[in-house]
Amino acid sequence: MYGNLWLIPFFPLLGAIINGLFGKKIKNEAVIGGIGTLMIFLSFLVAVQNFFRLIGDTVKVHEIVLASWMTVGNLQVNWELLLDPLSAVMILVVTGVGTLIHLYSIGYMHGETGYYRFFSYLNLFAFSMLMLVLGGNALVMFIGWEGVGLCSYLLIGYYYEKKSASDAAKKAFVVNRIGDFGFLCGLFILFWALAGHGVWTINFVEIAANAHLLEAGGALITIITLAFFLGATGKSAQIPLFTWLPDAMEGPTPVSALIHAATMVTAGIYMIGRMNILFAMAPSTMMTIAIIGAATAFLAASIGFAQNDIKRVLAYSTVSQLGYMFLAMGVGAFSAGIFHLMTHAFFKACLFLGSGSVIHAMHHAYHHAHLHDDPQDMRNMGGLRSKMPITFWTFLLSTIAIAGVPFFSGFFSKDEILWWSFGSTAGHPIFWIIAVCVAGMTAFYMFRLVFMTFFGAQRTDPRAKDHIPESPWTITVPLIVLAFLAVVGGYVGVPKILGGGNHFGNFLAPVFGPAQELYNLNAHGSHALEYTLIALSVCIALFGIYMAWLMYMKNPALPAQFTAKFAGVYRFVFNKWYIDELYDFVFVNPCKRFGTFLWKIFDVRLVDGIVNGCAWVVKGVGAGLRYTQTGYMYNYAVAMVVGVVVIVGFYVFG
Amino acid sequence: MADNLLSIMTFFPLVGMIALLFLPRDNDAMLKSFALAVSLITFLISLPLAFDNVFKTSGGMHYREFYEWIHVGEFFQMNYNVGVDGISLWLVMLTTFIMPIAILSTWNAVKKNTKGFMAMLLLLQTGMLGAFISLDLFLFYIFWELMLIPMYFLIGIWGGANRIYAAVKFFIYTAVGSLLMLVGIIFVYYYAIQSGAPVSGFGVQEFYQLSIPYSAQFWLFLAFGFSFAIKVPMFPLHTWLPDAHTEAPTAGSVILAAVLLKMGTYGYVRFAMPLFPEALQTFIPFLAFLSVVGIIYGSLVAMMQDDVKKLVAYSSVAHLGFVMLGLFALNMQGMAGGMLQMINHGISTGALFLIVGFLYERRHTRQISEFGGLAGKMPIFATIFLIITFSSIGLPGTNGFVGEFLALMGAFESNLRWYAVFATTGVILAAVYMLWVYQRIMFGKVTNPANENIKDLSAREIVIMAPLLLFVFWIGIYPNTFFDKMNPALEQLLQQINNQQVAIVEVVQPVVANVLDTK
Repeated sequence: MYGNLWLIPFFPLLGAIINGLFGKKIKNEAVIGGIGTLMIFLSFLVAVQNFFRLIGDTVKVHEIVLASWMTVGNLQVNWELLLDPLSAVMILVVTGVGTLIHLYSIGYMHGETGYYRFFSYLNLFAFSMLMLVLGGNALVMFIGWEGVGLCSYLLIGYYYEKKSASDAAKKAFVVNRIGDFGFLCGLFILFWALAGHGVWTINFVEIAANAHLLEAGGALITIITLAFFLGATGKSAQIPLFTWLPDAMEGPTPVSALIHAATMVTAGIYMIGRMNILFAMAPSTMMTIAIIGAATAFLAASIGFAQNDIKRVLAYSTVSQLGYMFLAMGVGAFSAGIFHLMTHAFFKACLFLGSGSVIHAMHHAYHHAHLHDDPQDMRNMGGLRSKMPITFWTFLLSTIAIAGVPFFSGFFSKDEILWWSFGSTAGHPIFWIIAVCVAGMTAFYMFRLVFMTFFGAQRTDPRAKDHIPESPWTITVPLIVLAFLAVVGGYVGVPKILGGGNHFGNFLAPVFGPAQELYNLNAHGSHALEYTLIALSVCIALFGIYMAWLMYMKNPALPAQFTAKFAGVYRFVFNKWYIDELYDFVFVNPCKRFGTFLWKIFDVRLVDGIVNGCAWVVKGVGAGLRYTQTGYMYNYAVAMVVGVVVIVGFYVFG
Repeated sequence: MADNLLSIMTFFPLVGMIALLFLPRDNDAMLKSFALAVSLITFLISLPLAFDNVFKTSGGMHYREFYEWIHVGEFFQMNYNVGVDGISLWLVMLTTFIMPIAILSTWNAVKKNTKGFMAMLLLLQTGMLGAFISLDLFLFYIFWELMLIPMYFLIGIWGGANRIYAAVKFFIYTAVGSLLMLVGIIFVYYYAIQSGAPVSGFGVQEFYQLSIPYSAQFWLFLAFGFSFAIKVPMFPLHTWLPDAHTEAPTAGSVILAAVLLKMGTYGYVRFAMPLFPEALQTFIPFLAFLSVVGIIYGSLVAMMQDDVKKLVAYSSVAHLGFVMLGLFALNMQGMAGGMLQMINHGISTGALFLIVGFLYERRHTRQISEFGGLAGKMPIFATIFLIITFSSIGLPGTNGFVGEFLALMGAFESNLRWYAVFATTGVILAAVYMLWVYQRIMFGKVTNPANENIKDLSAREIVIMAPLLLFVFWIGIYPNTFFDKMNPALEQLLQQINNQQVAIVEVVQPVVANVLDTK
């Protein structure tokens, strides 16, 4: 019945191959972009079809085995796909948002020399991401997991002639590899642990069915889940592995939207969701996840205050929002986490594409005026509202959504997380307080961005300011669709307390049911309390918007006064808490020095010293003994006589 | 033909070499084409092995040939005793597969005394194939030494600036190991005769049945293990490798990496481990430790290299660490992973040496700093290099992943768990040094004017790389082609190792004393 599921990853793979092999010969941008977009759109159609099939189906978990992969001893790994409500949601998000971003890229990447390369990579990314979410066992997921890492590497380094771009690409891959180390360790230990109970499997369904064999709360499951979580922090840019994501903004903007906002970076959340039962059985891990999530949300939001690069603000915002999702997972609000994942995909993709539209226009203007100003610096923008009305309105709606203004999508998903972080059996008021603060901070820095970019006086160089155009339809149509989703996307999951049916949560219930038995909302959480908390969080969000208005609209001199007054704090935040410098100092440089030491001292001096030393000794001894071989008869005769005397003497006197 | 397939395959290159000697020495193209034809025919001869399904069902030796050879009464008997099982099968195939590629790579690179070069390559091939199919320890030793000589000349005559030092170092390292092994071989033989076991010559399969007491096993394992560890090479016996690789001509490096290093790992699998299983248990923690050190050490040192060929050489140390760790796990996943990783390393690192060779032919330098920005100038090369880079890093979907994954998984399942955790950090380090070198060579702007007119790969060069790329993905996506035929043999090997450990309890101590006395 779900036999055509394989088509979903297949189409983008086909697109990647076609454009990769023949794109250079095709040359025609419309054809290349058309193929790329069509392929992911076909995937989207198949995904929709399967989604509705699943809704109408009584059985909610379907495994499709395509072929065997590796069979060694007791280990049997298949190429298999898994369709359940969780993966169904994910394939819709990936192919849906993916299609829009492909469409957007047709116009955005116009004129690039590597046009075909870009679409080939983008399709390859879609393939990998779909393998990640559809993978029926940990290894197929890992194929996607590493595949998206590869595509991320290729796309961040798309402008490979720029040192900063290739550095960022390398950093992204290496940092992700640290996470992969965790993923692999987790998988190995899990496999071994289950094998100890006679179950040899890495299949997700079987893992979930046999998880009860492991001791809940035991050291083993804690280690397993912590290792997996390390993997998640790499992919989803959480403390301590978040530093690659801001640098990843070196990639073209559609890449930032698709990979570094809507899809790939959510892979860590998805992975926890996929193995929710294991995590639920390890309360210490859950608490760690919640703490890391909350801390990352705060840290990233604080850095977001001080950035002037429009994409960097959004990057830190993404890190911060991902922190929210981890907080949700950590307090057992699995479906809320996935819900926020989805709404975030809508509004953050829209924000990134909107920023791309702005950058595109700025770039165009500067190009027209032969200037080399930074098209991404918000200090050069301002007043773009009238120049780019569609971009502005879609951007504004998405900003309202992310700020948590009531009845926009972000409001519903964020408030469910807030409520769980307070009222879950694993929750704590402190989580709620941090999360609400972050909500206020988010509202502040996002409206700071909007005000600096679209409102006020135009700060663009006068020679360029009149050449800022609105973007073409391939760019604005995706913006409109995404903004629409950012506004209404939350209505699929309106919580009961706000008069909704929480359809989203119910749909996911078959996946999270068993884990949800271990984590639930405290019974004593009354409705009155919940309403109060919602009202409080809304107030704080509005306060954040007000502060942004005060500082960047009403009294633009204020920010300078603030930064002057708190120069130390400002510098600290502006320099991203010096975390990159710290890592360089603690890890990168010592590693390099150690490598050089091993090579120059250990290898060359010590080992080769011994080897060459042996050779020298042999050579020296040989050279010395050479003098005994004189070739003169009387020398040998003397030696013989001495020898005879010694031997005789030994026997006589010995 | 099938009766003597192995012999025909093994000695065809030797016959070819002799025929080659009669060709005119100044006709380069003819000499190269002839050698290529010989290696291609050898590959074709070996091809039926890969398609023979007997390996899927039976883990024993097939294509057996047995001829009495040198018999000096009881005192010394050796036989021409050969065969393949699922373990040696893929190493034989790797050898016959890589040889035409290596010869094609010399097309423009070798100009000096082509005849000698080709003769050495073909002689080397006979040595390598012979070593993989030998079931008589003494025969193995002959082939083992036979490989040494052509390799010595390949480095010493056709090598780079520092070739003599590298060649002598290579020779001495290996020769020291070989001598220890020779002593060990003789000891085992006389032990077998003294214990009255029904042996015919140095037949390794009969030796498997011996219950050598632990005290003797200990020293024997040390002798064999030391010799093979040099060849692998295991840390800290690896220092000949960077020199040998750097100085060797491209074809020599490719063969050295792809096949010669596998002699060491194969030696463990075929001889050291099943012959002395009890001593193996004693040494496993130590060897696993060295393997893990090799992984981390090789990676860290590779990271800091400024000579791209040395970087690849050090990465070999790391890769072989994974192989050894997998083998020492002594379970199916680990062993299969280790075996597959041998093949993978042959393909990926062989390809990397070819890539370095392409660069060297164009620029006559191996300094990483001399390059930069080549991606725009050489798009085909950039793509191929990228694929091989990620295969070497072990990206899922490529060959490197399957081997590494299984080797590590096996180690996690065995009691080498903690070693495996440290070994797994190798996946991070591999990304660091490979991506860094790729970045420095391929990315950025062209700053060195010498790279301004650098040419992309020629058709010949693409033909060289194509089969390697095919197997990068084949093994990555459907490794069962290889596992299906490897598994039965590995199961048998594991049984062998485990049974022996049980049988060894009933040791006949006096026999050892006897042997030791006569020595």
